[in-house]
Amino acid sequence: MVLMPIAETPSRNHKTDSWRVQTPVVDYSKCIRCMICWKFCPDDAIEISKTGELASPNFRISKMEVPVINLDFCKGCGICAYECPEKCIDMTLTGGVTL
Amino acid sequence: MKSVTEQRLLVTGNEAAAIGVKLSNVRFISAYPITPQTTIVEKLAEMVSKGELKSRYVEVESEHSAMAAVYTAALAGSRSYTATSSHGLLYMHEMLHWTAGMRVPLVTSVVNRAIGPPWNVWADQSDSMNQKDTGWLQVYCESNQETLDTIIAGYKIAENRDVMLPLMSMEDAFVLSHTSEPVTVPNQSMVDEFLPEYKPEFVVDVNNPRGYGSYATPEGPFMELKYDMVSSMERAKSVIRDTLREYSDTFGREYSGLTENYMMDDADYAFITSGTLASTAKYVVNKLRKEGKKVGLIRIKFFRPFPQEEIREALKHVNAAGVIDRSVSFSAGGSLYSDVIASIYRKLDVPVSGFVAGIGGRDVRISDFEHMFSLVQDGTEGMQWIGLKEVD
Repeated sequence: MVLMPIAETPSRNHKTDSWRVQTPVVDYSKCIRCMICWKFCPDDAIEISKTGELASPNFRISKMEVPVINLDFCKGCGICAYECPEKCIDMTLTGGVTL
Repeated sequence: MKSVTEQRLLVTGNEAAAIGVKLSNVRFISAYPITPQTTIVEKLAEMVSKGELKSRYVEVESEHSAMAAVYTAALAGSRSYTATSSHGLLYMHEMLHWTAGMRVPLVTSVVNRAIGPPWNVWADQSDSMNQKDTGWLQVYCESNQETLDTIIAGYKIAENRDVMLPLMSMEDAFVLSHTSEPVTVPNQSMVDEFLPEYKPEFVVDVNNPRGYGSYATPEGPFMELKYDMVSSMERAKSVIRDTLREYSDTFGREYSGLTENYMMDDADYAFITSGTLASTAKYVVNKLRKEGKKVGLIRIKFFRPFPQEEIREALKHVNAAGVIDRSVSFSAGGSLYSDVIASIYRKLDVPVSGFVAGIGGRDVRISDFEHMFSLVQDGTEGMQWIGLKEVD
């Protein structure tokens, strides 16, 4: 028999939030729900959720699904903010991990 | 035992490989075309489209993706296959480590072709020698028949619960890949009996998520996992010997094990090489024997795991040996040469000459072998390049 690198727990259990210095904050009042941030996130840390009480640019967009950043896995790389066509993601130092 | 229903066909090495894959009931194939490998997966695509082979065939945009696709398909429980050559194999390099590290028992065909620059599509083993440290078992075939048989036996060896490492089966470009030879095709039901269905212990299951190769800290178990691969590689030696013996008994073709000794019993001098250079070497051994020179050949069939014990045993009584590499390891001679030297270090006092020959597909002629034999007899040290020409 051999040793295999297979863990009982899925990699979802390895949170990577402590790697983050900057934290993305989405201004939903400008977000057009294009999901480009979700597509580009290298860590699959952006989830698509049902729309809720979040702000939106207009009534039609308010009915659409929204990208929500899962801060358990966001490493703060800023790719979402860079790619966002509406520039509605701000990389902030607030909410980062303090050492 | 020999089956009356086995077929005798005139096929190229690449067709032989494709037939071996079909007989092995491979369920998932993904590949990117590259000369001189292309005709293997073309043949397989044809078999799949005609319904002769019940397999998924997935086209991808690169060799890196091809290896990613087949290794994950195997993780999901399907016996999988891909084939490549030269730069395609180099492009797979990272995924080769993933496949071996994840203990996925794939079989992959590599048609040995030179690495550029400059572009060259001819026989040269530098591509697969570059992958010797990836954790894959490596087999260098000498004939189209051996190419076919190695695929079937290869799955059985790789999937053995004591091995669980992928296996790379090599053919020299054009010499085997595009040259037709008579090949005996074994009967499907006998292959089915020899090679049971692939049933891995762990299968990716969305309802039972696990971490596959996810994370290991310096405290563990990273080192332990790598050490286990080394131990499995060692254990693979007896699995290879047993499986090839079983293959020989079942299908009636003799495969001795990790190496093939030719006229070595009373040899004073030995050639050591791999792949199709061994065929020319056998011819030269016969010729020199007629001239009264007691010379033999050790053909290294398995380069990983490396047959240290077999080489020590075969070289025990020789006066000198010469290792012929069809590849270059810059500033270290040849990979076969280095490993042969390492395996006899402080155990045998045999002078070993090293030769680089036939790279980029250059012919290695009978006269070249005779020249190498005289250098071995003289106890020439270091690496010699054979057949090198003056360049203006």
